[in-house]
Amino acid sequence: MSANLTATLASTKPGGNLKAQLRRAERLRKLKAIGLVAPLALFLIVVFVVPIGSMLWRSVDNTELDAVMPLTAQGLRDWDGTGLPDNATLAAFAAELRDSRQGGGLGRIGRRLNYEDTRYRGLLMTTLRGLPAPGEVDTDTDWAAILSEIDPAWGETDTWLGIQRAAPTTTDRYLLASLDLERGAEGGIQRIDSQDRVFLSVFQRTMVIAGGVTLICLALGFPLAYLLATLPARTSNLLMILVLLPFWTSLLVRTASWIILLQSNGLVNQGLINIGLIDSPLQLVFNRIGVFFAMVHILLPFMVLPLYSVMKGISPSYQRAAISLGAHPFAAFWQVYVPQTISGVAAGTILVFIMALGYYITPALVGGPADQMVSYYVAYYTNTTNNWGMAAALGSLLLVITLLLYLVYHRLVNRKQLIRS
Amino acid sequence: MTHHRFPLSRISRGAAIASLATLGLAVSASAQALTVISFGGASGEAMQKAYYGPFTEQTGIDLTPGDYNGELSRIRAMVETGNVSWDLVEMESPELVRGCFEGLFEPIDWQRLGLGDQLIDAAFDECGVGTFVWSTVLAYDADALDAAPTSWADFWDVERFPGTRGLRRGAKYTLEFALMADGVAVDEVYEVLRTPEGVDRAFAKLDELKDHIQWWEAGAQPPQWLVAGDVAMTSAYNGRIAAAQEEGSNLEIVWDESLYDLDYWAIVAGSEHVDEAYQFIEFASQPENQAVYSSEIPYGPVHPAAIEQLDDAQARRMPTHEENMAGALAIDTGFWVDHGEELEQRFSAWAAR
Repeated sequence: MSANLTATLASTKPGGNLKAQLRRAERLRKLKAIGLVAPLALFLIVVFVVPIGSMLWRSVDNTELDAVMPLTAQGLRDWDGTGLPDNATLAAFAAELRDSRQGGGLGRIGRRLNYEDTRYRGLLMTTLRGLPAPGEVDTDTDWAAILSEIDPAWGETDTWLGIQRAAPTTTDRYLLASLDLERGAEGGIQRIDSQDRVFLSVFQRTMVIAGGVTLICLALGFPLAYLLATLPARTSNLLMILVLLPFWTSLLVRTASWIILLQSNGLVNQGLINIGLIDSPLQLVFNRIGVFFAMVHILLPFMVLPLYSVMKGISPSYQRAAISLGAHPFAAFWQVYVPQTISGVAAGTILVFIMALGYYITPALVGGPADQMVSYYVAYYTNTTNNWGMAAALGSLLLVITLLLYLVYHRLVNRKQLIRS
Repeated sequence: MTHHRFPLSRISRGAAIASLATLGLAVSASAQALTVISFGGASGEAMQKAYYGPFTEQTGIDLTPGDYNGELSRIRAMVETGNVSWDLVEMESPELVRGCFEGLFEPIDWQRLGLGDQLIDAAFDECGVGTFVWSTVLAYDADALDAAPTSWADFWDVERFPGTRGLRRGAKYTLEFALMADGVAVDEVYEVLRTPEGVDRAFAKLDELKDHIQWWEAGAQPPQWLVAGDVAMTSAYNGRIAAAQEEGSNLEIVWDESLYDLDYWAIVAGSEHVDEAYQFIEFASQPENQAVYSSEIPYGPVHPAAIEQLDDAQARRMPTHEENMAGALAIDTGFWVDHGEELEQRFSAWAAR
């Protein structure tokens, strides 16, 4: 290679050509680098960027009506919202309604329109049954009269205004609904009825549970990791296996066993009654207490491992030096040892917090209705009601909140490290 | 109907099936057979015994059973992509109505089915043929309570019957029971629930009991909690309570003010085995076959003649028994199709507070 290069260099004139050679060599290196990174980049795009992008898109996607009834949707977008839409739009509506039963289109618009008002699904159904056969109509047909005869609701402006609200191809209704907001009749943003408000408190609760679990994990994990890092290797390896054991057990099994332990006639309550601490069983499961127990148990290893790996690398001589120079042992620990563990604390807390934010199965099994986190509602809208717009909007908001918190946290931790060092 | 025969005689049948499944060959073999999807579990086993095996034996039509959790989204995906691999599915009524509206099921041709009007009225649906009746009842552990509760009003009475209550987490059934507990007559429940004041009244009644409720989501939880002593009484599916009774627990069912509904057979739109599916439905609607199913699990047959073929003790455990039917209410599917979404939304907001 280098012999070749020298030969080529020797046979050509110096100057521009050499630069070109160098550029070519540089380009080759770049291509190699790209080639090595490409599989990973492709993987990330396919399994990460595309799904998240499509989720973000889903949260504003409103193409149901446009896809099934393109002419009707167009006609309603052009309609000024007074009286009834023109006859051409009504005729298109009737024709497209008749065709919509193929391929599940009717179901999609029925579901979408029911978000506006729950009478639409039934209304479409009766209208479909009452429509005249295609042969019985011509261009002069007065569709307003025919539709009103099938159901008087079609003679009301409000009925068409409701469908008009579903006609644009994007919407903010799902994102607004995720924040307990909605568009009022005049188009302004307003809070929804107090009896239906749920998501602000669910987001708040998600933060409180995730934060609480993180703090408990830190309080339990820090001393444990310290012990593991300072004990002789044989003992600490044994303890490490105990820490890792939950990793090797299925999440479902661990959660189910907490139910058995904590229920009214469970081992914990029986034990407390037998030693005379309490007279009647405590309610430990199907509430917030149960959620904390189960989640801390599952997430503790994610706190201990980063802490342990950082603590393992801290030389004990610093602390000894501080004590030998006259520092109180606690001061030596707090001012010399702890600052060195900050990166482990940061990694552990952010890892546990972010994992806790997305928890679903554990709160669903050991919590009550007032302990369900955002993921529960994402699963509910995806599986039970097939309202993917709501599921995507809740997921998108959770993603945004997580990113914001991460940024704030990142800056705080970095500043602290700067100050300490 | 082509029959695929594999040289199974020399190797063990189980190993052959396992290896075929691994190779994906089982799919090509079963592509010729009628695929019947039920909810599985104890009910699926009863169907195997009453319907699947005898049907193949009698007609020679190969049948591939499977199970799922009743989610409409899978069927929707099949129909929308035109890749229909399920022929006949067991559906709960609200999903049946929704799926029928969306064009996911073949409309039933009752002439072709040749059942006349032999079945109970509720078994006839535009897209489905009723197959059995199940019920949501009030259940309690007779060993744990001094007196026997007889109504949802008793269920709400925490003075006379102290202890935690189990209810299904969701608006469906819960609102009906709350209105009954508030003194609404059984046959007026849906009338009241259709008005905004009626819904408010149901939620107000639930407020009274809220602190005493432990919410269940899976049908297996209520009997388990009763046996473990976690709840004093609970709403539950009658088949699950019967299973616990057979295991020796002294559980009791209050049939008065129970809510019953049907499960249906529905043919997936675009199925290639519509003829066989009709044959199967007809077979599974015969009284002698329904009697076999119902003697395996106490869900009620939809053919009145099947009830007469059951022994008295088993018949009394069914939602369809005269005495049990007397004070019971049929779930209003249309109501839940129309209002389910808004009421579930309000319920989850209420429960989360």
